Amino acid sequence: MSGHSTYEPTTGIERWLDTRLPIVRFAHDTALSFPTPKNLNYWYTFGGILALMLGIQLVTGIVLAMHYVPHVDYAFASVERIMRDVNCGWLIRYMHANGASMFFLAVYIHMIRGLYYGSYKAPREVLWILGCLIYLAMMATAFIGYVLPWGQMSFHGAVVITNLFGALPIIGTPITTWLWGGFAVDNPTLNRFFSLHYLLPFVIAGLVILHIWALHVPGNNNPTGVNVKSENDTVPFHPYYTVKDGFAIGVFLLLYASFVFYNPNVLGHADNYIPANPLVTPAHIVPEWYFLPFYAILRAVPDKLGGVLLMFGAIATLFVLPWLDTSKVRSMRYRPTARLYLFIFVLAALVLGYCGGQLPDDPVIGAPSGLMLLDADINSMVWLSRVATLYYFAYFLIILPVLGLTETPLPVPESISEPVLSHPATTPVGAAASPEKRG
Amino acid sequence: MADTVVGATPDPHASGDDPSRRDFIHIAAGAAAVGAAGALIWPLVDQMNPAGDTLALASIEFDLGKVEPGQQVVVKWRGKPLFVRNRTPEQIAAAVKDDNASDLRDPATDESRHKPGKAQWLVLVGTCTHLGCVPTVGGGDYGGWFCPCHGSHYDTSGRIRKGPAPKNLLVPDYAFLSDTKIKVG
Ligand code: HEM
Ligand code: FES
Repeated sequence: MSGHSTYEPTTGIERWLDTRLPIVRFAHDTALSFPTPKNLNYWYTFGGILALMLGIQLVTGIVLAMHYVPHVDYAFASVERIMRDVNCGWLIRYMHANGASMFFLAVYIHMIRGLYYGSYKAPREVLWILGCLIYLAMMATAFIGYVLPWGQMSFHGAVVITNLFGALPIIGTPITTWLWGGFAVDNPTLNRFFSLHYLLPFVIAGLVILHIWALHVPGNNNPTGVNVKSENDTVPFHPYYTVKDGFAIGVFLLLYASFVFYNPNVLGHADNYIPANPLVTPAHIVPEWYFLPFYAILRAVPDKLGGVLLMFGAIATLFVLPWLDTSKVRSMRYRPTARLYLFIFVLAALVLGYCGGQLPDDPVIGAPSGLMLLDADINSMVWLSRVATLYYFAYFLIILPVLGLTETPLPVPESISEPVLSHPATTPVGAAASPEKRG
Repeated sequence: MADTVVGATPDPHASGDDPSRRDFIHIAAGAAAVGAAGALIWPLVDQMNPAGDTLALASIEFDLGKVEPGQQVVVKWRGKPLFVRNRTPEQIAAAVKDDNASDLRDPATDESRHKPGKAQWLVLVGTCTHLGCVPTVGGGDYGGWFCPCHGSHYDTSGRIRKGPAPKNLLVPDYAFLSDTKIKVG
């Protein structure tokens, strides 16, 4: 999209089409000849993996929609029918349910990659924001999708999440009533959720197109974070990255297949195989694993509105990150201090995820208890969540802004090629051909 | 393009000599378009509000004879659980004793939460005022209800005493039709 096109139509029909709708040229320039930094490592393969997962969710989802019935009296039974009677239905559904998990796994890795290599910094702010929007739309889609099978977790998860909006003063109740289309989560809710679950993935697809457009204006960032200086720093996307992405996709699909074929329900919750019953809440309601960190933040706050605001704030913060990080150095390869704080951040996010799956009053370690602070025992999941929540926000709002001004980064290479070419002794033979080994 | 319309004037530059007229047309056309879009958006938003038949959801009648002392029966009302609890004298006494307790987050007397002279009958909407789970009867530190979702404790009057929920369990509109029959809604 940027720069000149190297496409040469060879056949007559291609030449004819090229002067009328240069779509082959567009595809060639975008996916084949696009100049790409030559040092991208495997962390950079998750973009392709994500595109594939979106495609899989779309295909399996549309097939499921051919058999699924969005009505409170039939939804659960129709999913069971997909599992038992529809030809290959079990496969399609397990692909879809586990596909959502794999999609989130990939997006989290993709985002942490961005955090590590400073991919959110100028001139890629819009690219980053589009990514955050995709993430937000993915969360909405997955939450709504989980409601569709109309099991106990579906139903009570929908109740809890829609009630979050009820925490807002004045407009809270009208909004929840509007979302439900009634006085409780019921048939109108399920029906509109199905409609939106069908729609949102296409919105995501649109955002992905913008995301890739915004990527192709400045081009890829890379593990050094240094701008591409000349053609020496790049290779054409094909065959170099089509093959590298292809290999990564193969490995990723193995992991995906091992869930689909060997442990298809391990990421789900058994209670969702019990039909929804509005009169009984399961003893321990938990969202899907990919929402657990946010669920832990929600529960960390003893106040209803405060918890809701902090949870949405955790996502909102991501949007302004490009303006919070004050460092001029992109890649954390050259920011050892920042790197340490980022590792702790990832740890905090994992801890939050863990806490989100436990009961708030559960002890963290066995023995000591009885030391109360405010409303709960210090040795409780609630307090662990509070500490981790504090770090989550401190990382973005305090550490990154301050660190950029105070830290001393390591010397940054002149160009992408320089570190490879100037240290032949430390570079194994053939390193230039596989620079990812240096990551 | 407007220039060509006004092009009847020999000098094309003279066509702009009445800018206020053109501005008026721009603003008027813009305002009409915004108004039309707004008028169209409202039905698209409003269609998600409860439909007529949902609003018309009938009230229910319930025969109290089915509830033994100390027991609770849960019925579905407007898609939500409705608690009908037949309280024992001890449970009533415990609730009345706490009428002025300092930890009442949403202060209310027990008297105000049942119909006059019917202290034994507590009728409540069975959704936790935190995020809407269904609390379990008899649990929690106060012997009323305990919400398993995020740990809210309600007393035997359905008042919030501990945990994240901000309000007491809601008392719906209901009336006694006879000594043993109520009508809710
Ligand atoms: C961004 C892409 C998508 C994500 C992340 C996603 C996620 C989910 C999730 C988590 C479930 C619940 C699975 C379960 O536990 O049973 C689900 C169900 C469902 N989805 Fe999607 N979905 C996506 C795209 C689509 C599309 C494009 C359709 C097409 C209409 C679709 C149709 C369905 C249907 C019919 C169900 C109910 C059947 C079932 O529960 O297996 N999905 N989705
Ligand atoms: S819904 Fe009852 S405590 Fe959260």
